[in-house]
Amino acid sequence: MAVREPAGSTHPPYRFADYASTRLRAPTQAPLSVPEFLPGETGPAPAGAALSPLDADLTRNGRRNGEPIGERIKVTGQIVDEAGHPVPGALVEIWQANAAGRYAQLTDQHDAPLDPNFLGAGRCESDASGRFGFRTIKPGAYPWQNHPNAWRPNHVHLSLFGPGFGSRLVTQMYFPGDPLLPLDPIFNSVPEDARDLLVARFDLAQTEPGIALAFRFDIVLHGPEATPREA
Amino acid sequence: MPRQTPSQTIGPFFGFGLVPDQYGFAGTAVGGGTMAADQVPGQRIRIIGKVFDGDGTVVPDALIELWQADRSGGYDGTAGELQGRLPNAAFHGFGRVGTGASPDGQFVFGTIKPGSVDGLQAPHVHVTLFMRGLLRHVCTRMYFSDEHEANLRDPVLRAVPRGRRDTLIAQRDDAFADHTYSFDIHMQGERETVFFDV
Repeated sequence: MAVREPAGSTHPPYRFADYASTRLRAPTQAPLSVPEFLPGETGPAPAGAALSPLDADLTRNGRRNGEPIGERIKVTGQIVDEAGHPVPGALVEIWQANAAGRYAQLTDQHDAPLDPNFLGAGRCESDASGRFGFRTIKPGAYPWQNHPNAWRPNHVHLSLFGPGFGSRLVTQMYFPGDPLLPLDPIFNSVPEDARDLLVARFDLAQTEPGIALAFRFDIVLHGPEATPREA
Repeated sequence: MPRQTPSQTIGPFFGFGLVPDQYGFAGTAVGGGTMAADQVPGQRIRIIGKVFDGDGTVVPDALIELWQADRSGGYDGTAGELQGRLPNAAFHGFGRVGTGASPDGQFVFGTIKPGSVDGLQAPHVHVTLFMRGLLRHVCTRMYFSDEHEANLRDPVLRAVPRGRRDTLIAQRDDAFADHTYSFDIHMQGERETVFFDV
């Protein structure tokens, strides 16, 4: 039997028939709800010393001998919790295809050019008001094997560590007006009334004139955790 | 109330972004398979395992994240015995490994054995799993086969149906000289691993 998300959840179900890879990889049993499972208010915080400013500029951090090819963009946003409070100090990691729709990873067999000056990976930490920002190249569409003539919409992958164990999130950001969105089973796995939450907004105010367009992607993490249980 | 940003799959190509050093890319990672620097006190252990899909095939593109308390049962950033006494990088209790980094899809972590976090719970390691085909990550716990008495009292294990508890207990494998525990994760089938709501 399929495991269902509770009513009102914005998350996709584990099993989603149109996304073929879920068939053998989705758990078949519902996750157990055990209050003692959660480690209180804390969670992993793997950040700190490893970060450098260049990490947030994907137009520079993969350069060898020139500029990466493609349309320069900024991706900025604010991270809040479900109470609307900003989440400072969240580690945000992103990765994506290049302008031609090719990932740097060796296992990507898509026959589109690699860009020697673009890696497609970055990271930063949200500031005191929960804001984060990257400069990157707009990723191209990516063909995959899910069904005949399947193409992923342009997207940027994101991984976030919030303050608590329950705030961990891995997701994907999409671009407004992409004609592939209604055709994409991964995007469509999200309940219809929550899909807009994954689509960035064009943000004229954040553009860098003559340099880069800007898209805004605000993020809401699970939390704060419920008030501590009575002893 | 703002609505949570929906989860999406990690996809197959996270390696160069999240664990670049394991996949042949330059750059420092924020976590890897070696979780404890030499000066961190505690029993050295190794945790090895594989992820299996519903056909029993090893998953070659999963990301495993571990998170655990230190020897005294304290988490990084809370009241652990290590707080303020070691360089910040010495022990965060966090590690992550992509299964595509090894030819046979095995994950290997080197760490220390955690203590009980509250005196009631048996020593355990949090395990979070991401992969293509998994639209939202799953969370579970790994317990230790040589903590039998503590496991019997553990409130989380006791909440798991008896017939499924073994899916959470890593087996110490004495074929290896260094304390090695084997923990396989099964997504489906008779041995489907128990996952927990977060």
